[in-house]
Amino acid sequence: MKTSFLAFCATLFWATASLAQDAPMNLDERINQTISPVTNAIAGVIFYSIPLSDDVSLPIIVVWLVVAALFATVYFNFISVRAFNHAIALVRGDYADPKDAGEVSHFQALATALSGTVGLGNIAGVAIAVSIGGPGATFWMILAGFLGMSLKFAECTLGVKYRNEYPDGTVSGGPMYYLSKGLGEKGMGGLGKVLAVFFAICCIAGSLGGGNMFQANQSFQQFVNVTGGEASFMADKGWLFGLIIAALVGVVIIGGIQSIAKVTEKVVPFMAVIYCTAAVIIIVMNIDKVPAAFGAIITGAFNPEGVAGGAIGALIQGFRRAAFSNEAGIGSASIAHSAVRTKEPVTEGLVALHEPFIDTVVICTMTALVIVITGTYTAGGGMSGVELTSLAFESAFSWFPYVLALAVILFAFSTMLSWSYYGVKCWTYLFGESRSMDLLFKVIFCIFVVIGASMNLGPVIDFSDSAIFAMSIANIIGLYILFPVVKEELSSYWSRLKSGEIRKYVPGEAGTGT
Amino acid sequence: MADTLLVGIDGSDGGARAANFAAQRAHDSQARLVVAYVIEWSPYTFNTPQENEVRHKRREEEIERAEKEVIAPALAALKTHGVEAKGVVRHGHAAEVLSSLAGEEKASQIFIGRRGLSKLQALLFGSTAGSLVQISPVPVTVIP
Repeated sequence: MKTSFLAFCATLFWATASLAQDAPMNLDERINQTISPVTNAIAGVIFYSIPLSDDVSLPIIVVWLVVAALFATVYFNFISVRAFNHAIALVRGDYADPKDAGEVSHFQALATALSGTVGLGNIAGVAIAVSIGGPGATFWMILAGFLGMSLKFAECTLGVKYRNEYPDGTVSGGPMYYLSKGLGEKGMGGLGKVLAVFFAICCIAGSLGGGNMFQANQSFQQFVNVTGGEASFMADKGWLFGLIIAALVGVVIIGGIQSIAKVTEKVVPFMAVIYCTAAVIIIVMNIDKVPAAFGAIITGAFNPEGVAGGAIGALIQGFRRAAFSNEAGIGSASIAHSAVRTKEPVTEGLVALHEPFIDTVVICTMTALVIVITGTYTAGGGMSGVELTSLAFESAFSWFPYVLALAVILFAFSTMLSWSYYGVKCWTYLFGESRSMDLLFKVIFCIFVVIGASMNLGPVIDFSDSAIFAMSIANIIGLYILFPVVKEELSSYWSRLKSGEIRKYVPGEAGTGT
Repeated sequence: MADTLLVGIDGSDGGARAANFAAQRAHDSQARLVVAYVIEWSPYTFNTPQENEVRHKRREEEIERAEKEVIAPALAALKTHGVEAKGVVRHGHAAEVLSSLAGEEKASQIFIGRRGLSKLQALLFGSTAGSLVQISPVPVTVIP
């Protein structure tokens, strides 16, 4: 394990050294000019690819994630299928001890983690996958989402098992804790520390990239889009839009105005429901085209036409966007799930199974179906990201881009809040829990909102992808070492569940006759 | 075994009237009395990660405050009337928690005050007494 990691690092360094910054870029913003060489360099390292043919190459990091997800799925004996119904019962609270009422429930932990992942990845990311990888990318995206469920199960179980509980009752958990503590238990304390620090650094970058710049960028794009495109009063004022969003984010995370966060957390689920309802309506309206769309998705997955790299090209796009959207193997959700109060870490892992399912298998698939059914991915004229999704919905409801703009901005906002939390947790893990450190990170976070809104899409996507994927390097090495721990927990829990030692709580056991 | 009576209080005058009424019945029939206070809480809300992180601490604080400011004065008041009662603080939906508490404590009756809501108010805010009557496993007495 150690040697393969070293080999991997060596490859990364070699990739940096050989990286040439030759891509001619359309630099129209000073901010863009300053930042993009840096982001390109980082993206080049993380996405070091093996060239398969002249026009397609396979990023190692995608292989890394998919192999881990596949391994977890087989190793835990298809836990995502086996425990699917049991996980629903857990979320419903069927097994919750009423004496624990008032603690963070499974539902709340799942909802909080979901609000960090459901967002632009589901709207913009899917559009990017379909526009580059063709309809077939959808198939690979769904498959990656399914495999990701088992990986998410493992990381969230570990997050709860190895979290820190402080005397004042607050908790901190996540990969940095299970990497250092869990590997320490296995006698690999040194490696654990290194991985934990590496993870924390990448998570900070990820929170500034995918959790921040990408969100700011895409919500700005959609805002300009609905306010008149090129002619919009905001068209070349990304920095202004960024400043406004940064001010709002700052008010919540620095000013501690939780009421804004609370409102966002309550509105976002409604937006998700509205978005899915609209998607379902469009799908039903075009029900005659659904078989053809599925046909296009299946043939596109194995034998696509006009996609660079053919099936492999579609696969890479699908896997890449799925991983970015549901974050399985990345480790971020583990930080959010660790807050739940449960005696059985496994239960939180099982609940977390549903996260990639809802995020990727349900919501991403809906977006993809709408884009494929309406045919906008071919007629989009080079559009990508959120504009393409917007166009697809617009073809059915002319007013939908406005709703989508609102949804995008709200999703982006709530994702930023979640990621600022992940970032702070990693920042304070590295630099110690102090108010000034906490504040420093939050200020940096707000500055990146402005940078993200001012930049072009390309460099932003590359940076956010690379920063988020880099988290998986340390996280997955740790997961491989800790998989047996999870398996032990799981088989103990599963046998007690089967023997009836763990039972559903029946309300008013002695009282109700019904 | 002695009979058990359960009374739900909310710190209001109505709740205190219910407690007194229940205490009278408990005193007369030599029954055990359980005084319950429910902190409104739902497992199905959407929270921020910051809220989740401090939730355990908040819960302890809420329970402590409820015990000190609602349950303790109520028990003290009952004691002056010569009735010993057991205090319980729980999180959840008031009517549901009282129903399941009745089961746990094997209570034969539940006493509860009412807020005298108009139809509109009850529609908007929900009436604990109203829903308790619908779901309770044992007879419910609503004290005006």
